[in-house]
Amino acid sequence: MQRSNNDIWVGLFVLIGAAALLFLALQSANLLSLNFQKTYSVTARFDNIGGLKPQTAVKSAGVVVGRVESITFNDKLFQADVTLALQNRYSFPKDSSLKILTSGLLGEQYIGIEAGAEEKNLQAGDTVTSTQSAVVLENLISQFLFSKAADGTPNASNAGAAPGTPNKK
Amino acid sequence: MSFWNPADLGFAVRSKLSDLGRGARLFWRLLSDLGGLRRFSLVRDQVHFLGNYSLAIIAVSGLFVGFVMGLQYFYGLQRYGATESVGVLISLSLLREFGPVITALLFAGRAGTSLTAEIGLMKAGEQLSAMEMMAVDPVKRVLAPRFWGGVIAMPMLSAVFCAVGILGGWVVCVPLLGIDAGAFWSQMQNGTDVFRDLGNGVIKSIVFGFTVTFVALLQGFEAQPTPEGVSRATTRTVVVASLAVLALDFLLTAMMFSI
Repeated sequence: MQRSNNDIWVGLFVLIGAAALLFLALQSANLLSLNFQKTYSVTARFDNIGGLKPQTAVKSAGVVVGRVESITFNDKLFQADVTLALQNRYSFPKDSSLKILTSGLLGEQYIGIEAGAEEKNLQAGDTVTSTQSAVVLENLISQFLFSKAADGTPNASNAGAAPGTPNKK
Repeated sequence: MSFWNPADLGFAVRSKLSDLGRGARLFWRLLSDLGGLRRFSLVRDQVHFLGNYSLAIIAVSGLFVGFVMGLQYFYGLQRYGATESVGVLISLSLLREFGPVITALLFAGRAGTSLTAEIGLMKAGEQLSAMEMMAVDPVKRVLAPRFWGGVIAMPMLSAVFCAVGILGGWVVCVPLLGIDAGAFWSQMQNGTDVFRDLGNGVIKSIVFGFTVTFVALLQGFEAQPTPEGVSRATTRTVVVASLAVLALDFLLTAMMFSI
């Protein structure tokens, strides 16, 4: 009698533990969103990847269609080779272009695919070269300052315009 | 005893070394005695004693830890206007650190002490010697089922702690503080990885299960067979197990999450 009672309680304990693990996996870690689907990999060359990391989402029209698999530096072209794992059920035209975008002002970066118009689709192992690099804030600011300086020199009223600044960037 | 005297120093070092050796030997005997799992009714009774009876304290502690984390993270994130991220912070800190560590500390206090006192009193009452006289190996018959029972119970308790903690955080954040439920869960689900966060947390809790149970059994087995010796061994169980868990936690975190 004592034995069978213990069996029931231990069984219940194990059940509660398993239920807790299941709850954690499903509700907090979202196991269901993990894709065990087949993917095909496509390489993209970027001049500058900014803060892109492996496992970043690849989105098209805002929907996640794949993940960044790996990022390596190509020392022949001095560009970044980004390998994308795209889900098999989605195919994109060969001349699709890739952009590195940022979700929100300070959000994390992701790759956006803009579909092209060609008939043929991207195959596994293809390389996409029509890419747009990540926006680097420093470059943006310096461009802005230079263009301000170029605008401001004739008036000489702009505080940002240093006397020696060339007119053309 | 003065440590300036070479003879005393040598004696202290040698006795510590032999303690370490006996501990390692006992650990190996417990590990290699997977046959302890064959006598499953013994292990089951220990899981019942160590696991089921610890469930209440673990669940209640988890609930309150979740409450407090919800309040504190909300307070901290409010000034950045990022209160929706409370969910992901709660789940990450529970799964990665607080779940395994606090469960291990509570488990050392709740179950480890009772193991040490039980084994120590068995030794003081010469029950272990009596078993040896009857050609029954006390390590196999008494210690191994307790060891495996603790190792089995600990990850379950840690999972319960984390789950209840997340629910507690939800109770504070969503109905009380008015964070949007959808943002709470979706941020949590986006920021938590099944293998990197949950999986590593489970590995941690298994390691802590080995640590706490082994320390408790070793202290009981090596206790002086007197009432004073048993009481000292019980105290040492809590101290050594807690320190070992915290130090191991640092090592494991450095290994798992350093990148």
